[in-house]
Amino acid sequence: MSTAATTRPGDEVVIHRVVEKPMSTRRRVGIGVAISVLGLLSLLLGHNAQAHDARFDLSQGSEFFHVPDLVLPVAATAYVIGIILLAVGAYQAVRGFRPRGLRIAGTGIGALFMLAFLSWAASGGKGSTIDLLGVLENTLALAAPLILGALAGVLCERSGVINVAIEGQMLAGAWAGAMFGTLMGRFGGVLTALVAGALMGWLLAVFAIRYLVNQVVLGVVLNALSLGLTGFIYDAIMQPNANTMNTPQVFQPLQIPVLSKLPLVGPLIFDQNIIVYLMYALVILIQWGLFHSRWGLRTRAVGEHPKAADTVGINVLRVRYVNVILGGAIAGLGGAFMTLGSVGSFTKGITSGNGFIALAALIFGRWSPKGAVAASLLFGFAYELQTLLSLVAPPVAIPSYFLAMLPYLATIFAVAGLVGKVRAPGADGEPYVKE
Amino acid sequence: MKLELRGITKRFGSFTANDAIDLVVEPGEIHALLGENGAGKSTLMNVLYGLYHPDGGEILIDDKVVSFAGPADAMAAGIGMVHQHFMLVPVFTVAENVELGHEQTKGFGILDAAKARREVTEVSARYGLSVPPDALIQDLPVGVQQRVEIVKALIRNAKVLILDEPTAVLTPQETDELMEVMRTLKASGTSIVFITHKLREVRAVADRITVIRRGKVVGEASPNSSSAELASLMVGRPVQLTIEKAAHEPGDVIAEVDNVRIVDDAGQVVVDDVSFDVHAGEIYALAGVQGNGQTELTEAIIGLRPLDGGRITLSGRDITDSDVHDILRADLGYVPEDRLHDGLIGSFTVAENLVLDRYDSAEFSKGPSLDVGRIAANARQRVEEFDVRTQSVDAPGSTLSGGNQQKLVLARELSRPLKLLIVAQPTRGVDVGSTEFIHRRIVAERDGGAAVVLVSTELDEVLGLADRIGVMYRGKIIGEVPAGTSAETIGLLMAGTVPDDLPARLRDPGATATGSRTTVRTEEPL
Amino acid sequence: MTEVAAPTSALPEPGGPDPAAPVRRRRALGDNTIVVTLLAFVAAMVVGAILIAFSDPATRSASAYFFSAPMDTLRAAASAIGRGYAALFEGAVFNPTTAARGTVAGIFGPISETLVSATPLILGGLSVGLAFRAGLFNIGGQGQIVAGATCAGYVGFAWHLPVVIHLVVAIVAGMVGGGLWGALAGWLKARTGAHEVITTIMLNYVAVNMLGFLLSVKGFQRPPYGQAISNVVDANARLPHLLGSSLRVNAGLFLALLAAYAIHWLLTRSVLGFEFRAVGANQNAARTAGMSVERSYTRVMLIAGVLSGLAGVTQILGTNSAITGDIDAGIGFDAITVALLGRANAGGTVLAGLLFGALRAGGVQMQSSTGTPIDVVSVVQALIVLFIAAPALVRFLFRLHGSGAGAGQGLAKGWNG
Ligand SMILES: Nc1ncnc2c1ncn2[C@@H]1O[C@H](COP(=O)(O)OP(=O)(O)O)[C@@H](O)[C@H]1O
Ligand SMILES: [Mg+2]
Repeated sequence: MSTAATTRPGDEVVIHRVVEKPMSTRRRVGIGVAISVLGLLSLLLGHNAQAHDARFDLSQGSEFFHVPDLVLPVAATAYVIGIILLAVGAYQAVRGFRPRGLRIAGTGIGALFMLAFLSWAASGGKGSTIDLLGVLENTLALAAPLILGALAGVLCERSGVINVAIEGQMLAGAWAGAMFGTLMGRFGGVLTALVAGALMGWLLAVFAIRYLVNQVVLGVVLNALSLGLTGFIYDAIMQPNANTMNTPQVFQPLQIPVLSKLPLVGPLIFDQNIIVYLMYALVILIQWGLFHSRWGLRTRAVGEHPKAADTVGINVLRVRYVNVILGGAIAGLGGAFMTLGSVGSFTKGITSGNGFIALAALIFGRWSPKGAVAASLLFGFAYELQTLLSLVAPPVAIPSYFLAMLPYLATIFAVAGLVGKVRAPGADGEPYVKE
Repeated sequence: MKLELRGITKRFGSFTANDAIDLVVEPGEIHALLGENGAGKSTLMNVLYGLYHPDGGEILIDDKVVSFAGPADAMAAGIGMVHQHFMLVPVFTVAENVELGHEQTKGFGILDAAKARREVTEVSARYGLSVPPDALIQDLPVGVQQRVEIVKALIRNAKVLILDEPTAVLTPQETDELMEVMRTLKASGTSIVFITHKLREVRAVADRITVIRRGKVVGEASPNSSSAELASLMVGRPVQLTIEKAAHEPGDVIAEVDNVRIVDDAGQVVVDDVSFDVHAGEIYALAGVQGNGQTELTEAIIGLRPLDGGRITLSGRDITDSDVHDILRADLGYVPEDRLHDGLIGSFTVAENLVLDRYDSAEFSKGPSLDVGRIAANARQRVEEFDVRTQSVDAPGSTLSGGNQQKLVLARELSRPLKLLIVAQPTRGVDVGSTEFIHRRIVAERDGGAAVVLVSTELDEVLGLADRIGVMYRGKIIGEVPAGTSAETIGLLMAGTVPDDLPARLRDPGATATGSRTTVRTEEPL
Repeated sequence: MTEVAAPTSALPEPGGPDPAAPVRRRRALGDNTIVVTLLAFVAAMVVGAILIAFSDPATRSASAYFFSAPMDTLRAAASAIGRGYAALFEGAVFNPTTAARGTVAGIFGPISETLVSATPLILGGLSVGLAFRAGLFNIGGQGQIVAGATCAGYVGFAWHLPVVIHLVVAIVAGMVGGGLWGALAGWLKARTGAHEVITTIMLNYVAVNMLGFLLSVKGFQRPPYGQAISNVVDANARLPHLLGSSLRVNAGLFLALLAAYAIHWLLTRSVLGFEFRAVGANQNAARTAGMSVERSYTRVMLIAGVLSGLAGVTQILGTNSAITGDIDAGIGFDAITVALLGRANAGGTVLAGLLFGALRAGGVQMQSSTGTPIDVVSVVQALIVLFIAAPALVRFLFRLHGSGAGAGQGLAKGWNG
């Protein structure tokens, strides 16, 4: 129960009556059943396990001390997890978690099920050791562009401009990073990627803010424009002259002294390339700044109620321009991560939908930077799972196509309200017109 | 500070909202700006506040010409404004709203929340405007929100405070309190521009009155003028302030609302065990300040909102779980309070709007096709009958004026025989001429034997039309009184107080306290 | 009090010259959607020309000494642009060289290619446009086309039915497949409020992966199972060619025109269309008037999905004969631009589909004969739509007056509504 305390003249505090609307029975039971199904699946996995043990490698070798491999008895692990999930599912179906509790429980349930699943997968014989640390490192690498893209979305949408053009901004950044990275060196590449993304952001801003174009329409069109332009330039000059135009030097991981030697987190977090470090900084800065700085307060005000901001003398349009252009630049950085941070060259449509997944992460993460990071990591993990399962050959082959669908299905479930109702900033997508 | 407007002209497209308006506000006076809805009062003040740029004229402060590029300039010049629609960010706290655009920082753009809170507390204590600095705006009642707005202006050292229709959302008692605040401010040297169309208030508090009609100043009046004088100045012709209606002959019970309870999405109990019934040939008014559950209750009756408890019957038939379509077909007519939002479709033609809830009936369709001919014929007939001023029946609904849009909605709903008519805020934002017409049609519907539920926050409208009055307060019908009850009594009920001498019919005596000035406390029931 | 004359509505002096006339003429032009659309096309083609010149090696090498002999660059550019757009025209409308051979293919080949490209674009555009009118944003064309093509294709190669019947059954299967895929997004919105922009994008990926999976399953995949391509559709299930077997134009075109007529009727004359439009224009008022907004969502997306499914049908039963992973060929997204250019009405969509079909067909020719990357066509398309969505920009570029709103303006704006 929450209460809203208000004062009236005479300073009497009146308590509004607020009751928590109980979740509908159908939903409660439905979610409970879904959890139970995962539990049953775990039991099945345990039953189907082939090898006795699953081995998880948690170290890289350069740490201060060696983290021993985690060895789990597959069948027992899966059975225990199955029983736990069944119990949790039953509790949800009968009593039901509170919304907040459900979110926490959901995370735990997902992690446990994954543990059971990976144990089972590792028991298939061929490669019975799973390099869990490697999996997590790859997850982060796959999530990095998503995180940057989603941050771009946070900046735009918190200030009230819908950004469906993340994909196009990333693509522009990826292209500029590769081409100018080859011509001017990789730092020049990063810089031009920021500029290219910012330019795409500027286009979004001008057409959305000044010409009042419907922002979803605009995003779709800008994506097409970016895809067309970068594809055109690729065909016209980059591909014919690949050696001089499309071979940027890739950023290598930089080990942070001491920190990178910590077990687990060392190799995972403190042994990354410069773009990832930049990303950490941006996440922290934006998460903190949004709620504790003048910029954040004004950005949120403009995204929630632009007229109110205007009446206290805030230049609504300028705040929006600044945020959208900054957002574009950040998405451009996300694109540059793909060409300068991992692949090492540009190809047509290299972002392959990552911008849309970033958009999904933004919404899944409820327009908050930290939520977006969590959602991006989840999606990154789902990508990584495909690779992993093709390496370890689980007892029963799972077509990679179904694994590939996971992030998309997860997003559908998320927006369909499985994680509770999401609310966008109040004026998101609405142009501000004064008179 | 002396403020002067000279020849201010403001156009929207080809429409002139302000036409060479002159106005002088002397230091330390309460200057009332009186005018009908749409007269151009808000526009004028938005020009003064730098939100709109005038097409002509100038603003003088202490006899020096100034020009404002935006509200920031106006605020810097000492002008503060409380807008008709509050300019508060609902998801921000009071302190955040107050400091927005005027942030307290520790340097480097880092917010100093503690300092902001302190400032709010200080100013609110100085002027006796108590506001909770850490509460979210969306959790506060409108009266408190209004105080936040005033604090917001005062913290910026406003010397002239503009209050745009501040009393529209207040109970009569809260209005009195606000007038007290206005007098305090005046005593401390702040001048106030007080905008309203309510005559009683002007006469109570103003030092000087300027009347505006159709964008022009039509005269000045003294607070001693009679209501009738002010009204005819405002409207431009003598107005009848009372509504004529024959004696009331109630028939059978048509609609019964039984222990209805509604919880909104945020978990607030917005309608709390409400019961009442309406008879044929009777106008039952649901009075009360905006936001006390009237909107939700009517939406529930029409089927737009699910109930969390209780039952609604229409002519003995249970319609609790019926959908809107079926309820409309059961001869219920509904005029929603926000016509542009719920009542009509701006891009649809007048003809299409006139069949919005019956386009699929046998009358206007042939199988899967629309009967375009009948739809047009119907439109011509209704437009004529209800005197809807439109260029043609094919003009988009959005091109009509507020009063004509309201007549359009009314024409649609009254074009079929009704058992129950629900009209919410039928004359909000409507000019006086249309108001008279609309009132006559509502009374005619009652006289024709329909049951009518009138939801209105305008006390005069309620007193003029109703045969019986239920006053809503915090989701409850706190008292039910007959026509002819005094405005004071109803005002007290609207503020949640049941006068001792009132033989009110209270459905749920345990929930409300009696006594002269007690605030209702309700606790979490679970 | 003096009357202030409104400058914008000054009446002409009788007899004398009217000083405001040029302004008024420019305003009339600026308000005219056809004029704005044409100018948007011109502006986009100008940008396209710059890109063509840029991609031309001769122009690029001449530009290296631009300042010593600027005319060289300009001459090279002009020649490249001329050749490029000539090739575009030859590929899309009429090619004198091939026509000189006097064969049907030589004369009508380019038109046939334009119509073949236009057919699915029209259907997809109708799908997106219908959803627009009901306030929904159907970005799911790709998924619906894939679903439609997959179902139609499967019936086409796995079942063996008599002539006509086989074709009809396959078409219906495609409509059902696309329709269900579309309705899923509508139903999710109706039941849970999930925003269709997100769900349709996600359903695209789901459909593409589903197809990828099917293309790896024996029975669906064509032997010898090395490639991700399906079995070949029976001849009985193919849409008949209209101009002989040498030209690809087929009866799918009639499907598209028929669908356009049906949608026109639906939106202007039908009870259901009234409801769709009402929901699209003001869902609160629609709900208050007793319409079921939720039911409309599902129905609209069902019909939109059927239309996209038909686009898939024409792809698999008309243009191609086997399903591959890229059966959608970008039509799902191009359809959005078609719908916007066609201003979400049926007639406009047909014209817009023809225009973009011509650009597609011509782009292929341009790429093969002048080496200009076909992506220039995507850029031109995107720019056309960008310009018509911002008529104020077009008016500014061409110094016109006016005030019309842009395409797509009436759509729901935020994620919350
Ligand atoms: N932004 C606007 N655009 C066009 N017309 C407007 C705008 N604001 C107000 N108007 C019109 O100007 C007139 C005066 O409005 P307003 O100043 O709000 O009146 P008041 O405050 O006196 O009720 C009304 O007819 C209204 O419709
Ligand atoms: Mg006003």
